Amino acid sequence: MTATDASAAPIDGSTVTPLLDIKNLQVGFQTQRGMVTAVDGVSITLMPGETLAIVGESGSGKSTTAHAIINLLPGSGRITGGEILFEGRNIAALDEKQMEEIRGRKIGFVPQDPMSNLNPVWSVGFQVEEAIRANGIATGKQDVKKRAIQVLTEAGLSDADKRLKQFPHQFSGGMRQRVLIGMGLSSNPKLLIADEPTSALDVTVQRRILDHLEKLTRDSGTALVFITHDLGLAAERAEQLVVMYKGKVVESGPSREILQNPIHPYTQRLVAAAPSLASRRIESASKPLDGLGYEATRVTEGVDLIAAAESRVEGHAAATDVSAAIAVKDLTKVYKIRGGKGAASTLKAVDGVSFEIQRGTTMALVGESGSGKSTVAKLLLRLEDATSGEIRIDGTDTAPLKGKSLLALRRKMQPVFQDPYGSLDPLRNIGNTIAEPLSVFKVGDSKSRRARVNELLDQVALPKSLVTRYPNELSGGQRQRVAIARALALKPEIVVLDEAVSALDVLVQAQILQLLTDLQSELDLTYLFITHDLAVVRVIADNVSVMKSGRIVEAATTDEVFGNPREEYTKELLDAIPGANIPLGV
Amino acid sequence: MAGYIFRRVLQAIPVFFGTTFLIYFMVFAMPGDPIVALFGDKTPNPAVIEQLRQQYHLDQPFIVQYFIYIGGIFRGDFGISFSGEPVTQILARTFPVTIRLAVLALLFQSIAGIVVGLYSGLRKGKLFDSSALVVSLILISLPIFVIAYVAQYVFGVQLGWARTTVGSGAPLQDLVMPALVLASVSFAQIVRLTRSSVIETSGLDFVRTAYSKGLSRRRIVPVHILRNSLIPVVTFLATDFGVLLVGATVTEGIFNVPGVGNTLYQAIIRGEGPTVVSFVTVMVLLYLVVNLVVDLLYGLLDPRIRLVK
Repeated sequence: MTATDASAAPIDGSTVTPLLDIKNLQVGFQTQRGMVTAVDGVSITLMPGETLAIVGESGSGKSTTAHAIINLLPGSGRITGGEILFEGRNIAALDEKQMEEIRGRKIGFVPQDPMSNLNPVWSVGFQVEEAIRANGIATGKQDVKKRAIQVLTEAGLSDADKRLKQFPHQFSGGMRQRVLIGMGLSSNPKLLIADEPTSALDVTVQRRILDHLEKLTRDSGTALVFITHDLGLAAERAEQLVVMYKGKVVESGPSREILQNPIHPYTQRLVAAAPSLASRRIESASKPLDGLGYEATRVTEGVDLIAAAESRVEGHAAATDVSAAIAVKDLTKVYKIRGGKGAASTLKAVDGVSFEIQRGTTMALVGESGSGKSTVAKLLLRLEDATSGEIRIDGTDTAPLKGKSLLALRRKMQPVFQDPYGSLDPLRNIGNTIAEPLSVFKVGDSKSRRARVNELLDQVALPKSLVTRYPNELSGGQRQRVAIARALALKPEIVVLDEAVSALDVLVQAQILQLLTDLQSELDLTYLFITHDLAVVRVIADNVSVMKSGRIVEAATTDEVFGNPREEYTKELLDAIPGANIPLGV
Repeated sequence: MAGYIFRRVLQAIPVFFGTTFLIYFMVFAMPGDPIVALFGDKTPNPAVIEQLRQQYHLDQPFIVQYFIYIGGIFRGDFGISFSGEPVTQILARTFPVTIRLAVLALLFQSIAGIVVGLYSGLRKGKLFDSSALVVSLILISLPIFVIAYVAQYVFGVQLGWARTTVGSGAPLQDLVMPALVLASVSFAQIVRLTRSSVIETSGLDFVRTAYSKGLSRRRIVPVHILRNSLIPVVTFLATDFGVLLVGATVTEGIFNVPGVGNTLYQAIIRGEGPTVVSFVTVMVLLYLVVNLVVDLLYGLLDPRIRLVK
């Protein structure tokens, strides 16, 4: 299976050597139990100037394939078989010295996480300049500096000349990513490998950076291998698509074709689960004419977000109780920031926010990082006190509550946080973790608590055998289910979900979203769903409030926001959903 | 920067009073009468004892003694030792010797420790690394006086490479062996610390990115791995300076170095309040200054610390 099948025929009919031709690549990791194969017989062909996306969930071997190309496999990883032909030469067989000549100069690399990929102790300029000098692009102090400024400006960093002396920690994630892209392209490589270059960034920033990357590679004729877990993103940005699963290529070919007619069951599940595509499909499915094509790609196996969304709507039609579970009025939170010379300035993180959430419904609070949405969650949960304004839960003002009445409030309202790795105590087993709120509130005896834990595990679709296991033995999705089970232990009325699905792979994300929807209709829960990802909002929320710089700039029902956004900012967020502009054959 | 140094100096004031008071109190509380002890087995004349007591203010209550002493320090008068020599003179005679010894040890342990640790870390699991780990473990496990005696016997007596004891004036070549002994434990710790820090840094994302930029290993090791790995080592060196001074007491005793440790030890045995307190005070001040310097050095290594303050 190669990407050449349908596409690589050159226009003029002459035979062009592929820029990159990976043949039957095998990569293994040495472990105590012997060699573990991470990449198993992958073949990929890429023509000069072409863009190819490798898609798959974490652990599918997509990043390992990318690292194998530039021979920078982590730890005990080794290429155990196959060839990597770059411009007709097998670079898998090169020694370290020869490989140094290829890296940077011929093949550029943009790594995944902008936070950890710049050395914190050297200035940004230093790190760009050393790449330029190492690849012999410019010599002489002034020329190198000039080239560095040029590269960073091209990568979209404003005031590049002034920023050269700054350090990575003074840059935002988006700015750092631009620096990394600039570095990757600094020596005009023939091929650029971008490993999830934007997955750590906000959607709008992501869009700007990808647009820019696309323009740069198009202008210079650089071929691009683009690695992502987001199918919508891949399809939007790449001509060719390679879908990887458990170290193997399961499907490859032109992006649109795969998206519209996925053949392999895994690809079908991926297409069904990608929230960016699902939200688009919900829209399409509501038009009766599109029903036929939609049925064709509908999957029986796995999760169906559309069904989940539909059942949500039905559930609410039946609900008659419309009293407000949460009413927030003029909520403001001001933080004091310590200035450089003892002078304190203030930051309005939340600025006059008001909203109401009806019982049994979901409101999504959407915005980029720094917009104040997580602060709203903290204030609501009374983890921090508001500077001014009022929060009423079931009509009770929460500000004066303390001691026992505050505990009672906490019991009604439970949080689920973003990081499923950080929010579980590694020294407590799953059973104790879920039972902890029960013992804190002295609910029942140890026997009834055990029964309740089993019941909860059942509700979040986890096997009862997990009770004695520890968080490090669980996958990210399982951990997030445990966190949800813990939040549900006290039978709360309100659940605050702060980026609860953002850290998860798409398939797992879809499962959790469905679980949340099911639980809501079953237990009449009220959700405040905080996210930066508008794509998942469509699936889960009834109402949407869009936050920017501490204020709510738009609040409406989900359909209104998606169908007819009023604010420029909301439109920008919507446009930034990857894949939203792809004409799907649904 | 100036504000930061000023704040640190202010912090030193309570530390100065706290330590001097504590030490003075402990010397005061030691059992036995120092004046009587001075005469050994002889029976002293009560009038002489009374005179000595007055001369050293030993007839005053403890708190008065302390303030008489502190008042003296601010006038540059550190008191007089029981042998009649001004303590300032003893300080001036012994501190240069110990500082020479400590600097020699510090140089050895940091240079050798970082080099061996770096080499070890870059070759994790290879023969050199394993040997370095075993040797450093042995050095850490052995008490310093055992190392001192073994070195003295092997290099001084058997091989005759160095003099077993330090001659008068403490010439530099005589101080090499004591300095190596003094540095041995910290050297082993620095090897291990540097090694683990290098291994950790080597696995970080930005190192892989540096390779992906086309940089050679010869550039990446010093520029991207070593500098980042030194941050914890520098922190260790700061706290280790105190250990060095304590270790000097034992080492100086064994090699008969006429330095601070040796003199301090004698003074403690004799219960000479002013001498003990003066020495410890100077050591505390030295320790504070070294820590301040290291903190500034730390900011030089890591810009994130430089800018937050």
